[in-house]
Amino acid sequence: MSNMMMGDGKEPLTQHESNDELTIEQKEVEGLSQGTVVRRRFFRHRGAMAALVVLISLALLVYTSIGLQIFGFRVPGWWQWGYESATPLVNGGNPTWVLPFNFGEHPFGQDNIGRDLFARVMRGTQQSIVVMALYGAIAAVIGIVVGAVSGFFRGWVDSILMRFTDLIIVIPVIVLAAVLGRTVGNLGAVVLGIVLGLVGWPTLARLVRGEFLSLREREFVDAARVAGASSSRIVFRHILPNAIGVVIVSTTLLMSAAILLEAALSFLGFGIVAPDVSLGQLINEYRDAFSTRPWLFWWPGLFIIAIALCINFIGDGLRDAFDPRQRRMPGANGPYRQMFAMVTGRTARQQNAGPVKRAPGDPSRKGGPAV
Amino acid sequence: MNAEPLLVIDDLVVEYAAKGFGKKPFRALKGVSLDIRPGECVGLVGESGSGKTTLGRAVLGLAPVTEGSVRFKGKDISHLKRRERRALADEIQVVFQDPYSSLNPSLTIEQTLAEPLRVQNVSAADASKRIRGLLDQVGLPSNSADRLPREFSGGQRQRIAIARALALSPQLIVCDEPVSALDLSTQARVLDLFKDIQEETGVAYLFVSHDLAVVRHLSHRVAVMYQGEIVEYGDGGIVTSAPEHPYTQRLLLAAPVPDPVRQEQRRADRRRLLDSQRDMEVQAGVA
Repeated sequence: MSNMMMGDGKEPLTQHESNDELTIEQKEVEGLSQGTVVRRRFFRHRGAMAALVVLISLALLVYTSIGLQIFGFRVPGWWQWGYESATPLVNGGNPTWVLPFNFGEHPFGQDNIGRDLFARVMRGTQQSIVVMALYGAIAAVIGIVVGAVSGFFRGWVDSILMRFTDLIIVIPVIVLAAVLGRTVGNLGAVVLGIVLGLVGWPTLARLVRGEFLSLREREFVDAARVAGASSSRIVFRHILPNAIGVVIVSTTLLMSAAILLEAALSFLGFGIVAPDVSLGQLINEYRDAFSTRPWLFWWPGLFIIAIALCINFIGDGLRDAFDPRQRRMPGANGPYRQMFAMVTGRTARQQNAGPVKRAPGDPSRKGGPAV
Repeated sequence: MNAEPLLVIDDLVVEYAAKGFGKKPFRALKGVSLDIRPGECVGLVGESGSGKTTLGRAVLGLAPVTEGSVRFKGKDISHLKRRERRALADEIQVVFQDPYSSLNPSLTIEQTLAEPLRVQNVSAADASKRIRGLLDQVGLPSNSADRLPREFSGGQRQRIAIARALALSPQLIVCDEPVSALDLSTQARVLDLFKDIQEETGVAYLFVSHDLAVVRHLSHRVAVMYQGEIVEYGDGGIVTSAPEHPYTQRLLLAAPVPDPVRQEQRRADRRRLLDSQRDMEVQAGVA
């Protein structure tokens, strides 16, 4: 104990000695940067990983099937029908998909004038993703700037910005968005995403402000100030990196709310309007067919639910990964290792015999994330 | 030790605005005067809320000065603009109380130590060289540089904070209870480090603490604060062994000693002192 801290005199300690008094949790993450710890925790989060896989496959499907249209350029996809062209009715418009792999001509069915529903749902999902991404990006930027400025400078700047934020918060988003959507909805998903982003930032701004208020009182900020750091250096180097977890997590959750907001708006007819397509707009357009041709209603609904759920799960995983109170990492012998072991036919024990040495009675061997 | 004073605090008043309109502001310091000579360690003791930390923060420019002045090398630094204050970074530095909050958790030790250097436009190569030297000076292994504060214990973190304060070779370091968050054996070693550094570099300390023993160990002169005022200021050995002011006497007898027999004695002394002081106050009130 006595030669733990400082040896006698001033001899530098070896790394081993100097780390004697670390706790078990600290040892687990020893030598890893914060980024590595967060990344590992995230990649070992079951729900988030599954959601990420689903979301990526969905995005691949959506963007390769009917191709892309960006600024007038057209990248063709592998799907035979366009989302606007009417085709002769096959099977009375019923879905031709016979489980499991016999897709037929129109797997999701056709609407009353013969447009292919699969192509329309793909197009609608593309639009929803565009709205979601733009909404998230713009709300995040405005929210961070407003929250950071008012939390850091406080005083009258804070008062003005926060009263303005309150003003936007007290108006129901759906009303505000409907008014704005009515004006710009026919201009397409990009404009709609930007405009919705302009009203979606207040909750994030309040969160960021709270983080800044608490972080600016920490002593390392005072130390930076005494060391002569400018305000911008303090904000960008000392405060923001410590608040980034909150920002990322709540931005993800904002984005899943954006999907639902867009769907709700388009359903009400205040978002994206025909002839363009979005998931909410599809449901709106086919709501009369609910009892006669229910598939027109189910498919877009399923895609809305899938995307919103995936993003929520990813947000969940990110929150757990960034949680500072949770210092432990799920064990390396967690579910993925086990799954991997099952697939490759090697046991977890064999894998461990290699590089990682474990104590004989190590409880983490039996698996299950050690959270 | 009879050189021109490095820092002169003259009749300093610090007020914090009270919550609510028209309320009288809270006076944390009520006309405090103090001076620190180059290479000297001035201890500042007092109970919680006596204003000792506020005094340290006023010297650092982190507390609002209402009246009076703080002069560093003859120049008033109590109302500096941000830019002027920044130029003082290589003269006055700080070590804070809580080693868990005084290091930025997202920066590696190297980045933390490089902060003051980079702000003063030291090149990256020079900074890196200086950091190796600093780590060696405070007795940390040189492989600490790439690690995060999370991986260090309280005592080690306080060493890192000391290294950061030393980075620009300042002439005065304000130490705001730097050892009160540490356990006893670590305290002793960190205090020795402070002493060694002072012998090597000739830096002056304003050493704030609530612990008389700590202050006695390190300080040349000691100031005792009570309710925002300095009640006694003088040679460290005298103030901490034979104080004149009744408050200092009480403070001294309030600190426990490990020997039960002597502690019994001390308790009795303290009761007697309190009684006699109460009597004196009563008499003063009557007269």
